[in-house]
Amino acid sequence: MNPESRLARFPFPLRADTYRYSTNIEPARVPVRTETGEWGGVLLDVDDDYAADLAERKRILKADPGRLQVLPHVRPACWDALLTCLRELAAQRPDELSLRCEGGELAWRNDLLGVCARFREGDDDALPGGPLGFLGSQIQDDIVLLDQREGALWADAGLVTFASGWSLRFDVGMRFDEVHGPVPRVHEDGVLARAERFLLRLRPGQEYRRTNWSLAAGGRLDHSAESSPEWAADRARAATARGRELAALVHLRVEVQHLVRLGASGALLFLIRTYLLPLAELARVPAWRLRLGRVLAELPDDIAGYKGLTPFRDAAVEYLLGS
Amino acid sequence: MTGLELVVTRSAEVVPGVRELVLARPDGGPLPAHPAGSHVVAECGERRNAYSLTNGGAEPREYAVAVLRRPGGRGGSAWLHERRPGDPLVVSAPRCAFAPVLTARRHLLVAGGIGITPMLAHVRDAVRWNRDVELLYAHRPDAPAYAADLDRLLGERLRRTSDRREFRGLLGDALRRQPLGTHLYVCGPAPLMELVTDTAEAAGWPAQRVHRERFTAAEVAPGTPFTARLRRSGRDVAVAAGTTLLDALHAAGVAVPSMCRQGVCGECRVPVLAGQPQHRDEYLDEHERAAGTCVLPCVSRSETGVLEVDL
Repeated sequence: MNPESRLARFPFPLRADTYRYSTNIEPARVPVRTETGEWGGVLLDVDDDYAADLAERKRILKADPGRLQVLPHVRPACWDALLTCLRELAAQRPDELSLRCEGGELAWRNDLLGVCARFREGDDDALPGGPLGFLGSQIQDDIVLLDQREGALWADAGLVTFASGWSLRFDVGMRFDEVHGPVPRVHEDGVLARAERFLLRLRPGQEYRRTNWSLAAGGRLDHSAESSPEWAADRARAATARGRELAALVHLRVEVQHLVRLGASGALLFLIRTYLLPLAELARVPAWRLRLGRVLAELPDDIAGYKGLTPFRDAAVEYLLGS
Repeated sequence: MTGLELVVTRSAEVVPGVRELVLARPDGGPLPAHPAGSHVVAECGERRNAYSLTNGGAEPREYAVAVLRRPGGRGGSAWLHERRPGDPLVVSAPRCAFAPVLTARRHLLVAGGIGITPMLAHVRDAVRWNRDVELLYAHRPDAPAYAADLDRLLGERLRRTSDRREFRGLLGDALRRQPLGTHLYVCGPAPLMELVTDTAEAAGWPAQRVHRERFTAAEVAPGTPFTARLRRSGRDVAVAAGTTLLDALHAAGVAVPSMCRQGVCGECRVPVLAGQPQHRDEYLDEHERAAGTCVLPCVSRSETGVLEVDL
């Protein structure tokens, strides 16, 4: 994506000069005006990186098929997620994307990728990768499906290739609170329990979103636990970089996360869309430069550590707040 | 209640005393999808009653409910029995507290009388996704609602009877021979629900595997009117029943930041200077609730006629 467009659409997440975890959930599809433009008007954001991101996901999945995990009982939810998202894409880009029902079969056409597919709902073999694998080839978001039972949410399926320091293969089958076990403060502060109570009560069709952020060394989307050997070198380099070298290497990494209560299956669809912006580009916006600098300077050590930004935090503060 | 404004497209007595109403949007467009076991709250004249949806929940264009006429009731069912094709009907968006547990080895469904309605949706969903299901159905001899549909869908997996003794025998047998990991679903008149749950408990069923559908007040009460007194601007804002404090403040041109509007995120929290808040949120902890020094206007109201806030 060209730098101007990236900047104009970037979901800058910081609302104050200090940051703590909070239950920062808000209704989906409400556009947010920023210093540079706007984001958030749609559920599934198809941007200029569409083809490139999906090619990257395909490469990662081929090398590591375990990024797709489906426990058998959530098959109906996988189909529900697929059809819900394909319908959503078609409604959003009717000239290029369509889902039609033809003689008991569904016909999906995606002119952005040159993809056509015909399938019957429930026939996993009709689609490459099954319903969830196919969905992951049509949207840039990472996908997690949460089943609701016994008064809790369970991460029972997903396709996650662009994780930030975690692994779906490790988390699949876990309860919501177990998945978030390593996150500091959210347990004691009640943030997580509140979020789970909120999610448990979402009714069919309700859609919410939240943002999350961290700093990452290098411009790759895949910062998963599995691929750490690939990004460790950039991280080591960022620990000693300063000034312009640091600003080109270190990125603000923002996740726009959508939470959708699916209708027919009742499962909770969790979509994670990741955006990266190098500090050098971010610094072109004075308000963002100042705000991120202040947040990083004040951020408690445990949160900074969990976000993985300790090695280059001081240098980033110096770059952002220095003269 | 922000409801769906639908029209009746079909109205037919399926067995004596039970009328099926089929509802659609006036333009025939898609309705919100929902899991099996969902219900809607219908506005029946002066009353609001909850009814299970018997239709399939994927991309529905019709909602179907079956209404038992209750001669001794408060009039909601009699009013619905008078609805005919073309009549308008307002229902809530579907809610569900009786969905299938997808990890269950089997679903054992037990229905009595009109309690068959959520089971119809369960049976359809189980057959569609090839899940193991079994239904025990007690009904009046003259009113085997949906028996033909269920016979066709379930074959030998359906046992039904109009005889109390036989029902007890079939129930005891069914509860004792299920594989581990079976979940029990029960819906029907209170004495039947009690019989089923007591028998299950005696047979050693863990409570988490026993699911009951009863229809209690599904809506949050609209609350009573009160006045919000704004200390800083010296204004009084009237908050009507059914209107949130946050909406009343916004309508009066008072800016209060908000996010979730569900009493969860805490963004709209406002300090309280006088009066007693009626907390309806999930955000404040016990100490904050007891202290009564702040309120979440998106969901909470006032116990006192006047609530003075720091705005």
